Amino acid sequence: MSDGQTGLQGPAPEDRPHPDGRRNAQGIRVDPAVESEREPRRTVLSAIVEHEPGVLSRVAGLAARRQFNIESLTVGPTTVDGHARITMVVEEPDPGIDQIETQLAKLKPVISIGELDDDAVRAELVLLKVRGEDPDKVHAITEMYDGKTLDAGPETITVQLTGDEHKIDDAVDAFRRFGIIEIARTGQTALAHGGKKTVPGEEPGTSGEPTKPTTNTTSK
Amino acid sequence: MSERTAPATEPAPAATEAESTDTEVTSGATAVIRALENADVETAFGVQGGAIMPIYDALYDSDIRHVTMAHEQAASHAADAYGVVHGAPGVCLATSGPGATNLVTGIADANMDSDAVLALTGQVPSDMVGSDAFQETDTTGVTAPITKHNYFATSPDTVGDTVGEAFALAAEGRPGPTLVDLPKDVSLGETDREPGPGRSPATCRPRTEPADAEVEAAARAIERAEKPLLLFGGGVVKGNATDAARQFATEHRIPVVTTMPGIGAMPEDHDLCLSWAGMHGTGYANMAITHTDCLVAVGTRFDDRLTGGIDTFAPEAEVVHIDIDPAEISKNVHADYPVVGDAERAIERVDAEMTASPDAREWCEQCLTWKDEYPMDYAAPDTEPLKPQFVVEALDEATPDETIVTSGVGQHQMWAAQYWTFREPRRWVSSHGLGTMGYGLPAAIGARLAADDDETVVCVDGDASFLMTIQELSVAVREDLDITVAILNNEYIGMVRQWQDAFFEGRRMAAGYDWCPQFDKLAEAFGARGWAVDSYEEVPEAIEAALAYDGPSVIDFHVDPAENVYPMVSSGGANGKFALSEDQL
Repeated sequence: MSDGQTGLQGPAPEDRPHPDGRRNAQGIRVDPAVESEREPRRTVLSAIVEHEPGVLSRVAGLAARRQFNIESLTVGPTTVDGHARITMVVEEPDPGIDQIETQLAKLKPVISIGELDDDAVRAELVLLKVRGEDPDKVHAITEMYDGKTLDAGPETITVQLTGDEHKIDDAVDAFRRFGIIEIARTGQTALAHGGKKTVPGEEPGTSGEPTKPTTNTTSK
Repeated sequence: MSERTAPATEPAPAATEAESTDTEVTSGATAVIRALENADVETAFGVQGGAIMPIYDALYDSDIRHVTMAHEQAASHAADAYGVVHGAPGVCLATSGPGATNLVTGIADANMDSDAVLALTGQVPSDMVGSDAFQETDTTGVTAPITKHNYFATSPDTVGDTVGEAFALAAEGRPGPTLVDLPKDVSLGETDREPGPGRSPATCRPRTEPADAEVEAAARAIERAEKPLLLFGGGVVKGNATDAARQFATEHRIPVVTTMPGIGAMPEDHDLCLSWAGMHGTGYANMAITHTDCLVAVGTRFDDRLTGGIDTFAPEAEVVHIDIDPAEISKNVHADYPVVGDAERAIERVDAEMTASPDAREWCEQCLTWKDEYPMDYAAPDTEPLKPQFVVEALDEATPDETIVTSGVGQHQMWAAQYWTFREPRRWVSSHGLGTMGYGLPAAIGARLAADDDETVVCVDGDASFLMTIQELSVAVREDLDITVAILNNEYIGMVRQWQDAFFEGRRMAAGYDWCPQFDKLAEAFGARGWAVDSYEEVPEAIEAALAYDGPSVIDFHVDPAENVYPMVSSGGANGKFALSEDQL
């Protein structure tokens, strides 16, 4: 303690040396001369989870509270007893995608998680209910997109379409001319191309014991 | 002192010559208590209530010491602090509904500070769940975002295993809180199945051994640095890596700053230690962090109160980030060289990999210069009003070196952290991430029960923080706990008042009281001892008397209401631009 009224001493903020460097919003050090913010990209994450009550709410809740931008999320059982697969379409800059993977991997019911390559097989299903005034034209468009008519009447026609995101988007546009009354989309689901594993360390078959790969950093 | 590691090395405070007996499993509730005994739990904190009564009934015959708290929030804070000091998870219990929701603040606090806590909550019977029954709350729903994982018990046969797993998970890897919700029918249900050894779930076992490539890259980065700086976070303390961390710093002569939870990882009077960095950290720590060219961060999540604005945080530094949680890598600050693994193991591996120490003599000199240039000091006139910093220094002086200090949240917390010289880990017990006013007193109770009898426990509190959990004095008196509460009483929610003066044109809305209770008298009413101190000359005498008293004591220091906490980095500002007084903000 110092006597008198002096208190803290030292050069004022503007009199101190300060480096020129800076970091961008993702905490990445950047050249002071170059503006560098990573652009968001759209990708598919697939996770093998324990198929137990509440697992979906834990995954969705984590995404919501950490402000991860999730476009769609699907869930369903796998060939392994007690396991389910969650497929998520996310749109984030690269550090954000790593964050989603590592944060989700920490959840106890998440057994393993990975990002799919660009060549992964992706599909979604959509049900479209349109006005039934022009059944022939609706049928033609449905055929054009390899769709199926599920329900047809004088008032409405409901068709089912499957395919990747672009095909579905195009088809929805094509049906707009009839007046879309209702639409239900499942969101994308996906599997890795050929012999590749969709999720690192994923076990085929019916082994009940959950296993986590030890070599992949994104899956603990 | 040696570090506290395994709970097994700690003698039970209540241990007697008589051999402890295990609870016989006859029901879900006895299986729960048996699982706690199997995990060497010696102490639990809680409050009774309808749905948790079967668990308490099972405790009746157990050797586990149960401390009845006045409020469930205090039970979760006491368990948190118990765990920090002890090294093994603290345990708290509460009934369903309001009991469980009152635990929430302490669970969230433990989650933010990565403190291992196991919470057990009663729940309405399974067949009534979802019916909005009396004292029903969706406890697993409420606590899912603030626990590592929580469990809803479904069967008396497996509930013991679940509790064992939850206890193990709380301590595994990066520690944190876990919770088991116990429907009354599960607790009451019959079983004779003894719980197995508690193991954390297979999907939650972290990588402890760092990858070779990561170790090599980190070692090369440190070797070539000209201005290396070590940043020790709470992970060094919780990972019991203090010895390895200190050895690394002294062997390679690299300066050290800590985070607030990392206080004590390096002795603060060591020539290489620049104390803690961040919003109210030392000027020299913030200068070092601003100018380093290689920041070696161990066990820290780069909280915004540490980094200030990310754009100006360690702007010249390559970042080596050692952490057991892969999700912390590049979360807030990009890690150029991540090393995922156990802190102690990672430090030892990087050390072994290094072929030379960085040539940092000039840089060390520079750091020492900053120590001289920006000394931690305060203006202290000879007369009243009493300066709060003086009180902290006087307490530090009057107490043994390894005294445990707990605190509430606010100005008093910052002064305690700034002016107390910590030399060992697990001695500074505070609420960092959540910033929970009222943490100090229940934390002192938890710390006292985890500490050895000859250790001193002091709670440096603020008047507003103390008022938030003052009812726990009744617990300290009943349990005859030797703790000293030192209130730095400025009759304000002081940090709010400081911000109003600095950023809200002095409009002091809801920051003060028209009348403040006489805390010394209140202490006496609770059955504790109390003193009120107004002047410098009364300080040593009151401290001596309070420390000498073998039981709970409260000293109400009436300190300068105008005193503010500096240095200060304004929110989102640059660490290197810390203000030394309000006119520099």
